Amino acid sequence: MTWTGFLSQFLEIVIAAALAPLLSGWVNQWRAWLQNRSAPSLLQPYRLLHKLFNKDAVLSNNASPLFRTAPYLVFSCMLLACAIIPTLSTDLPLAPAADAIALVGLFALARVFISLAAMDVGTAFGSMGARREMLIGFLAEPALLMVLFSASLISQSTSLATIVETLSQREFAIYPALALAGVAFTMVSLAENARVPVDNPATHLELTMIHEALILEYSGRHLALIEWAASLKLFAYSCIGLALFFPWGVARAQAPVEMLLALPVLMGKLALGGFLLALLETLNAKMRIFRVPEYLGTAFLLSVIGLLVHLLLSH
Amino acid sequence: MTELLTQFVNLLGAVLLMLAFAMTAQRRILSLIYLFTLQGATLVLSTAVVGYVTNQPHLYLSAAVTAVLKVVLIPYLLHRVIDRLGIRSEVETLINIPTTMLIGIGVVIFSFNLAKPIAQLSTTLAGGTLGIALACVLLSFLMMITRAKAVPQVIGFLAMENGLFFAATSATYGMPMVVELGIALDVLIGVLILGVFMFQIREQFDSLDIRNLEKLKED
Repeated sequence: MTWTGFLSQFLEIVIAAALAPLLSGWVNQWRAWLQNRSAPSLLQPYRLLHKLFNKDAVLSNNASPLFRTAPYLVFSCMLLACAIIPTLSTDLPLAPAADAIALVGLFALARVFISLAAMDVGTAFGSMGARREMLIGFLAEPALLMVLFSASLISQSTSLATIVETLSQREFAIYPALALAGVAFTMVSLAENARVPVDNPATHLELTMIHEALILEYSGRHLALIEWAASLKLFAYSCIGLALFFPWGVARAQAPVEMLLALPVLMGKLALGGFLLALLETLNAKMRIFRVPEYLGTAFLLSVIGLLVHLLLSH
Repeated sequence: MTELLTQFVNLLGAVLLMLAFAMTAQRRILSLIYLFTLQGATLVLSTAVVGYVTNQPHLYLSAAVTAVLKVVLIPYLLHRVIDRLGIRSEVETLINIPTTMLIGIGVVIFSFNLAKPIAQLSTTLAGGTLGIALACVLLSFLMMITRAKAVPQVIGFLAMENGLFFAATSATYGMPMVVELGIALDVLIGVLILGVFMFQIREQFDSLDIRNLEKLKED
């Protein structure tokens, strides 16, 4: 492990933690503009975090230690996920520890704990949210894995750093498999981040909410951590998408100076991605919960077809 | 450059396949027509690109014919038919949609396997896309089988022709012009006749459900 690797790893974690709320703020701002509302400030998520961290956490009498540890666990899972995904440089000391499959496992771990914590207190909404979250999770995971496998087939590795390196270094080529995987990935990430066709992040309307129902019992610093983890998750998914489908501009391992350029490139790509996300959310209507399995099934099938198309055309 | 354009044709093939899948999964009849129009546009683009790469001007002509027919004329006719029939409601399916899509993926695997040995023999530009074209044809066929109403069946029939056309351009650089024009006319006349049929079916049964046609049997 070299000091440059250490530095890039450290920078990546710090930037993920610092930029993630900004990305959420950016998406919210564009959503408001596109829907003809006056937008909240770009820094609103930071203010929210600041406010929540300064408040007392209120705990139910029935809350077990699991309820109190879950926010820390979820937050660290998301931060670790952001550390594995190559956003600035492919020279990451932590990257060999976990490949794409372990990354999906990390997301699953966070999901299990937040669902358990939601059921822990025993409110009806918590259990309902947990059940829905698990329903979405178990359908979205295989689709996400298939998307990652499509990219792995092309670059012959399941390590995200290697995938980004091979995809960005080789000469430009169009991969039909990646186009199919890209559509599937967009569908999955909308579902996983509780975005509009599946869940509305802005709603507290009791019967339709999923993510908000999960975290209904949290307050104070616990809620702050969970909100932060939610923006980190959005950041992580955006970065996976960028790494797989637009890998250009990430610094190579042997040239750490490129990181100076990688940061503005990353921010530009994220800004564009955030705008597209807000556009997608504005153009779509929330679907009924019973349509979600069909929606995610389509995503899974698209990614499988992507794999098949790659196998068909690679000869 | 040629390499990149070949990959582009492959990409368009994948888009065609994706659209065929979207059509099998689609519930609304209007979106079905939009998807069909989009499929036609993709076909026009791929035909033109193949024509450019292989330097065969007659492919431009067939691309133009396709554009006029499948992007403008037939969608317009279909819109008029559903306007006059007054149907905007959801498409009725015989098998539920997730099952249809699972069968669809089986169909895709089947046709990819079937086309692979043929594609290895072919020396054309995008011989690998033969499997995709075959999958498109079979998926549209599947759509025709699983829909109960007449209009989606007609769209399935037209989408099937799209798949065949894509197979022809990518595997053999297009059919002879006479054949191509003949098929184009056939499709157009087919749509017109089927349109008349739809009105007749509705007049007889007050519904477009083709299961009613079984009542016509003599026991």
